Amino acid sequence: MTQQALKTKGSPTPREKQTSGKIILTVLFAIISLIWMMPIIIVLYNSFKENGFVNSEVFALPNKESYVGFSNYINGMTFGNYPFYYSAGYSVYITIVSTALILFCTSMAAWYISRVNDLFSRVVYYLCVFSMVVPFQMVMFTLANTAREVHLDTPWTIPVIYLGFGAGLAVFMFVGFVKSIPIDIEEAAAIDGCTPIRTFFSVVFPMMKPTLISVGVLEIMWVWNDYLLPYLVLDQTKYKTIPIHIQYLQGSYGRVDLGATMALIMLSLLPIIIFYLACQKHIIKGVAAGAVKG
Amino acid sequence: MKKNKRPDAAAITSSLIRKSIQRRFAIFLLPTFVCFCIGFLWPFIQGIYLSLHSFTTTSDTAWAGFDNYVKAFNDAGFRQAFFYTALVAVVSLVLINVLAFFVAFALTRSIRGSNLFRGVFFVPNLIGGIVLGYIWKTIIDSVLPVSMSIQANYGFWGLIVVLCWQQVGYMMIIYIAGLQAVPEDMLEAARIDGANGPRTLWHIILPNVMPSITICTFLSLTNGFKLYDQNMVLTNGAPVRRGIGQTEMLALNIAKTFSTANQRGVAQAKAVLFFILVTALALIQLRATRRKEVQQ
Repeated sequence: MTQQALKTKGSPTPREKQTSGKIILTVLFAIISLIWMMPIIIVLYNSFKENGFVNSEVFALPNKESYVGFSNYINGMTFGNYPFYYSAGYSVYITIVSTALILFCTSMAAWYISRVNDLFSRVVYYLCVFSMVVPFQMVMFTLANTAREVHLDTPWTIPVIYLGFGAGLAVFMFVGFVKSIPIDIEEAAAIDGCTPIRTFFSVVFPMMKPTLISVGVLEIMWVWNDYLLPYLVLDQTKYKTIPIHIQYLQGSYGRVDLGATMALIMLSLLPIIIFYLACQKHIIKGVAAGAVKG
Repeated sequence: MKKNKRPDAAAITSSLIRKSIQRRFAIFLLPTFVCFCIGFLWPFIQGIYLSLHSFTTTSDTAWAGFDNYVKAFNDAGFRQAFFYTALVAVVSLVLINVLAFFVAFALTRSIRGSNLFRGVFFVPNLIGGIVLGYIWKTIIDSVLPVSMSIQANYGFWGLIVVLCWQQVGYMMIIYIAGLQAVPEDMLEAARIDGANGPRTLWHIILPNVMPSITICTFLSLTNGFKLYDQNMVLTNGAPVRRGIGQTEMLALNIAKTFSTANQRGVAQAKAVLFFILVTALALIQLRATRRKEVQQ
């Protein structure tokens, strides 16, 4: 009682103090969040401005003079010698097929590795773990060469390369998960007459769902944003992905159409933002799961 | 001894199942293994082999011993790139982690809209290095009096800003998980003993989130060392003084060396050195996290 009386004297009660502190914090974070989003907002409204105005006054909102509507988007599509929708198409295709292939193949491999657990699978497992630390520069020249030699240097076959280079993390995460599920269920399935393939697809694979989502998110983010691997493996004159396309627009033109570039950056952000809004929880969980890989 | 250890029924079934899975080797493990060989194992072995040879293409190699490595060490541009990379990695590490920790700390105070703010901070992490670099290059270059590729220190701080923007949200997520795991009774005890905010933070919260700090520190360090896309987009190593790119990082230096045909052996040797450096960092991290786990 006395303690409370002491506290209430003069100054506001701790609770009042706390709530007002929280309001200040909320307002502060609202402002910081807005500033944090500023780069994207700036690109968004600059994508509606005429080329000349993007360079001279980046921060100014579009006005009567500078506003050009969607013409940057329309120009951007065919700007340069290579239409943007080709690049976007290849990016979408490569991302989806690579991710699907990685999920499908490495989950099977991981189940084999942790259930058979013979010398060979242990060696493969440790090689996979090892491959996670190796920086891409170590293999960039030889990988591009190998891809060319075995004729995997087209957008249709590049998912195989992604599977090979990205197998490490995926196998590691799947093996970690398979080790945590009891073997009894699989044994029951086998005794009931399931073949290993049936056991895997009707018993194990559905149980893997959380890890499938985490690995899927990580692979999608990786492949979609990757620049150097497709740049080295693909024939640049014929095939581009979105990051390569944006780099190419900037690099090879003396006079860059900044308005169109802003529009293309916006277009390349759009799928990511939609993807993020649709499954924010899974994305944060998946990306954070990849952090622990070490 | 052997007679006593008769396998029971369960062991027989599981070994039978094991065998039956093993027979499907070609379906389960082989596809991944073959791709792994094409996409990683063979290029890796070939990379080590080539670093000991001089070559322009993989078919005309000549034994060079450790010549390439000597040349790599004597390359002033490579040494400059190493120190510049270390500087970028360390400065970005400190800034990213301090910012991320305080954002996480504030956002776990159960303030209104906390989830929305977390979501916002995380967004830049989803954007790839190339696009991210161009967004910032457009903005930074229009704010500064001269372009980042003319003034090396503008390039440096520009890169730091980009890295912070990209990674703070990611590290924040890890710190939030760590902060939420701090035992409530410890905080309660500190409050009853009359510890004020900063003391609770220093003596209770920080020791408890040490594992998260270790993970984040090493993540931002290795991210800094492996950085390529943002470095290429923002300055591409410029300005060049006496033939040495002032803002060139290791990964970019290696990629540029590869593009000169008669320097490929040296480039591959640099890549091997780079690989050893990054692996060493990863191993130190592994030991550090292991030790922390034992303590807990």
